[in-house]
Amino acid sequence: MNYTSTKKKTILSIVAIIITLFHTIPFYVLITTSLKAKGDFSSKWVFPKEWSWENFSEAWGQANLGNALWNTTIITFFAAVLLIIVGSMAAYPLARRQTRLNKFMYMFFVAIMVIPPLAALVPLYQLVVNIGMMNTHEIAIFNNVAAFLPLTIFLYAGFIRSTIPKSLEEAARIDGASTMGIFFRIVFPLLKPVTASVLIIACVFIWNDYQFAIFFLQDKSVQTMTVALSSFFGENANNLNLVAAAAIIAMMPMVILFLFLQKYFIKGLASGSVKG
Amino acid sequence: MSEKVVRAAKQVEHKVSRKPKIEKNSSLWWMYLPAFLFVAFFIVYPFLNGIRISFTNWNGFSQAYDYIGFQQYTRMLTDPDTWLVVRNTLLYGVGSTIFQNALGLLYALLLNQSIKFKAVTRTVVYLPVIISPLIMGYIWYFFFAYQGGALNDVLMWLGFDKINALGNPDMNIWIIVFVNTFQFVGIAMIIYLAGLQSVSRDFYEAAEIDGASSFQQFKNITLPLLMPSITINMVLNIIGGLKLFDVIISLTGGGPGNSSQSMSTFMYDLYFARQDAGYAATQGVLMMIIILILSLSALVYFRRKEVEA
Repeated sequence: MNYTSTKKKTILSIVAIIITLFHTIPFYVLITTSLKAKGDFSSKWVFPKEWSWENFSEAWGQANLGNALWNTTIITFFAAVLLIIVGSMAAYPLARRQTRLNKFMYMFFVAIMVIPPLAALVPLYQLVVNIGMMNTHEIAIFNNVAAFLPLTIFLYAGFIRSTIPKSLEEAARIDGASTMGIFFRIVFPLLKPVTASVLIIACVFIWNDYQFAIFFLQDKSVQTMTVALSSFFGENANNLNLVAAAAIIAMMPMVILFLFLQKYFIKGLASGSVKG
Repeated sequence: MSEKVVRAAKQVEHKVSRKPKIEKNSSLWWMYLPAFLFVAFFIVYPFLNGIRISFTNWNGFSQAYDYIGFQQYTRMLTDPDTWLVVRNTLLYGVGSTIFQNALGLLYALLLNQSIKFKAVTRTVVYLPVIISPLIMGYIWYFFFAYQGGALNDVLMWLGFDKINALGNPDMNIWIIVFVNTFQFVGIAMIIYLAGLQSVSRDFYEAAEIDGASSFQQFKNITLPLLMPSITINMVLNIIGGLKLFDVIISLTGGGPGNSSQSMSTFMYDLYFARQDAGYAATQGVLMMIIILILSLSALVYFRRKEVEA
């Protein structure tokens, strides 16, 4: 009995190692490629004899990644802040006041989650051109906020309904606090777990956004990481070693954050997925 | 004591000076007004406007265009590309859903055992979730590329011919499904893992006493109790797969020809490369309808299963 269970454990551990190795293959290939000198077309399975670190500095300069990093950070930061403020504020009455209007509005926001933003690409593009917001940080921020607001409201409303005791707010109301005061001073601080989830969802998806960015941020000065990388790939199709270096730089910020805050990332993204 | 009196007095003052029944039953609609405006302006209005444009022959930039009734719709229904693209989109959606769930469940079952390297495996499998799908596509491009791709090196070492996996219309769709599965299997795995950990050990102990085999235990205990996780994963993966865009752009660009085009990339192509905005909007309406039907029926189907289980 004991013998078979240790044997089973060993076999399963080996399976786990094989799975892990399999999942590292593309990253291994990416790293070897990024270290090869220009014109080195040797197999991507082997590391070059001399590592050309200069690929990284060259990619950084040529693909204008510093600028792209700045743009991506600005857009992600402001979109996340707006999502948290506008989303939590909207969720509060929808969770607490069951009027007919509010029930309808809650259904409205939930239904919007099903609309794929790209299905309205043509008119959205036209709208952005008409209001003169092409190639601005603001349009990337607004589009992402609109796209993730329904999910944000859904998460906040669910949390307020299930975990924030009504008595707290009633006590505050008797003390004469205003609705805004109750919300921002009493309810909002208790929403930290959802706020963390929203923040992580926003960071991952908005940081990685390509669907909006490729349409609305084509100008070099406002390009985000993904757009900069895709145009760099177009210009360097014959020099993939440089592209690999650029790809590593582009994914590094998120990877580092993930490795440090893994627990929160997994929890946050899982709660975001439970929107079905 | 006196403090209490003061407070009570203040309350009375409030009740008198403020509007009667301080908003106790009001909708507080002004709190969600900003959210409503965002969504209305950037999602609902474009969406409705898209339906209008689908009845025009607009080219995407000129001021003049005509309303041409259902012409774009009849064109869409008779266009062989439409059906190719719809078929591809369904393969992306359904294919990714099947593979992500099967693999995600297997990984979760494995990681639910007491084995070594559990944490490392979990981290490595999950990592791609946080990487941009566009970048993930490029990373796998280095693997599958015809010239100098890592896969062809292996094939040549083994004495096989090189394959042009991304340029072959029979193969590239499955490679895109594979890459999408590879990227998001971590989410399915985590959701299943959470589901497994919530199943009480008592069930298995009772089943063991009754002499049930591990497979019977899996089929009669684990699977039914995992139904909520299965619902979530199915709906999530179908929606994600049907919306596929970034990975296709970085792996094949929709080509060769239209062979790996999804509805999203096809629309992008029609609008920007072929200046056919009216038709692109019509394809957008079709995409909307397909996603709506599929995700709602998946939701209803699996919710019903949940109740039965």
